Amino acid sequence: MSAIPATRGSGTATEQTPRQRHLTDRAKAERRLAYMLIAPAVIVMVAVTVWPIINAFILSLQRADLRFPENNAFIGFDNYGSVLSSPLWWADVLHTVIITFFSVGIELVIGMLVALAMHRVIFARGTVRAVALIPYGIITVVAAYSWRYAFELDSGWIPGLFGIKSDPLASTTGSYVAVIISEVWKTTPFMALLLLGGLALVPDELHEAAKVDGATSWQRFWKITIPLMKPAILVALLFRTLDAFRIYDTVVIFNNGAHNTETLSVLASNQLLNRLNLGLGSTVSVLLFVLVGIIAFIFIKVFGAAASPTGGD
Amino acid sequence: MESTFQKRLGWSGAVILIGLFALVPVVWIISLSFKDPTTIGDGNFFPTKVTTANYSSIFNQSIFTDALRNSIGIALISTVLAVFIACFAAYAIARLNFPGKNILLIASLGIAMFPPISIVGPLYNLWRNIGLYDTWPGLIIPYMTFALPLSIFVLSTFFREIPWELEQAAQVDGATPYQAFVKVIAPLAAPGIFTTGILVFMICWNDFVFASTLTSTNSAETVPAAIAAFPGASQFTEPIGTIAAAAVVVTIPVIIIVLVFQRRIVAGLTAGAVKG
Repeated sequence: MSAIPATRGSGTATEQTPRQRHLTDRAKAERRLAYMLIAPAVIVMVAVTVWPIINAFILSLQRADLRFPENNAFIGFDNYGSVLSSPLWWADVLHTVIITFFSVGIELVIGMLVALAMHRVIFARGTVRAVALIPYGIITVVAAYSWRYAFELDSGWIPGLFGIKSDPLASTTGSYVAVIISEVWKTTPFMALLLLGGLALVPDELHEAAKVDGATSWQRFWKITIPLMKPAILVALLFRTLDAFRIYDTVVIFNNGAHNTETLSVLASNQLLNRLNLGLGSTVSVLLFVLVGIIAFIFIKVFGAAASPTGGD
Repeated sequence: MESTFQKRLGWSGAVILIGLFALVPVVWIISLSFKDPTTIGDGNFFPTKVTTANYSSIFNQSIFTDALRNSIGIALISTVLAVFIACFAAYAIARLNFPGKNILLIASLGIAMFPPISIVGPLYNLWRNIGLYDTWPGLIIPYMTFALPLSIFVLSTFFREIPWELEQAAQVDGATPYQAFVKVIAPLAAPGIFTTGILVFMICWNDFVFASTLTSTNSAETVPAAIAAFPGASQFTEPIGTIAAAAVVVTIPVIIIVLVFQRRIVAGLTAGAVKG
């Protein structure tokens, strides 16, 4: 992505002789130091993510059920066949996509409003920022409980306020609305901050010039602000889409996937930890990993194309 | 010109709405935590009968007090380790020329987007075999790992802003690169390191995926996992009051952090995400 921190003014030795076979001693020492410095981070990240995902892939090729260890066997891609032909998997893909689509979409709109408000507001800037940030700091599990108890018929204030007589969380639609509102509440501040960063890059002079030419604020928003913010919007969408696609905490706290809200992460953890089926659970994990990779790839392609005219930062 | 006042009024209205939306769930959970068991199901937004029984109840249960200790200890250790390791890598990225720098940044970004649940199975298996299941290190290791990419991105952005001539000056005066780092750069980098620490702490404090899958008892269960496992008065009653009280207790430190360090959090998040 565009975000490679530039090395400003450093390493002049290698820059002067880019293709020379014999590096100067200084450049060699610099490389050695660099590798020593990054080694701990690289080792930790590889050991704790790359190794387990390979391990998950190997497990996904086996019949591995902790309840029946004597049946363990290498079965090739059979698990993938079972998962991909199972209606449960496709139902959970759909649930995950619905939650992701609506949460991220609503967040983008509210996040943009929050960012504009934070950008424009002259009075009590610090207070506005602090209040808008609070949901970001609150534990997802806590946020989910707060919204769940707010929606529940027995305890909540929401059914009373809207005159709802049946438990909203006992229906599919109600559960989705509640889960999505909880997600939106918790993560809009993050979205707003990323958008605020992009908003700060839009020069005031452009708006002044357009005002002189008689553009309305609505026109200025769509013709100036949005195009210039495109890279920031795409980054915010990328981060939040991938994050929402992995949704686990909120769904587990609300009803652990009941009423057709089970998502892919919940499916993976159920297979692994409740049914102790490491083979199938790992297959779901690997497929989820691949899906996340595909989404990231598409975004980065789009992002790269959109961000290139503006160049690096 | 004539619409300036209206516009300001409009934005003020928007700000108030945003504030309400942000604060209502917080006030609601606080209000629930002070509700008496007999009125907890009345659906009133504010308690009609205020009690602190829920708080004294959770502080008398080891499931909560142990979880609080685990949460604080595990989050702090993970934060210190992640920021420490990330400092070295970020220094190399901001400061040194070496082949593979882009690969390192892209790989970190990949890990930042990694679905944690994908490695829960292998870790669960391995941790059980080597005795890390349900221990502090069993959570610290994944927390530290998932905090590293953000730490590296945020720190390298901050490190680029440091006047590096000072380091060269120190080296000219005979300091080794290591000395130049510790004596000259580290003090200048401290604010960025602190900001990164806040963000990382909040990530570790928030985790539920690993906490709920890689622990099973009071010895390592953190608060988010413990709250979800709170026992009710009977099998069929949800312990709403105690869950709410526990939720408020773990929320207070974060709200204080957010209020005190909001400027830093905004700077860190935008540095890490937009530029990173």
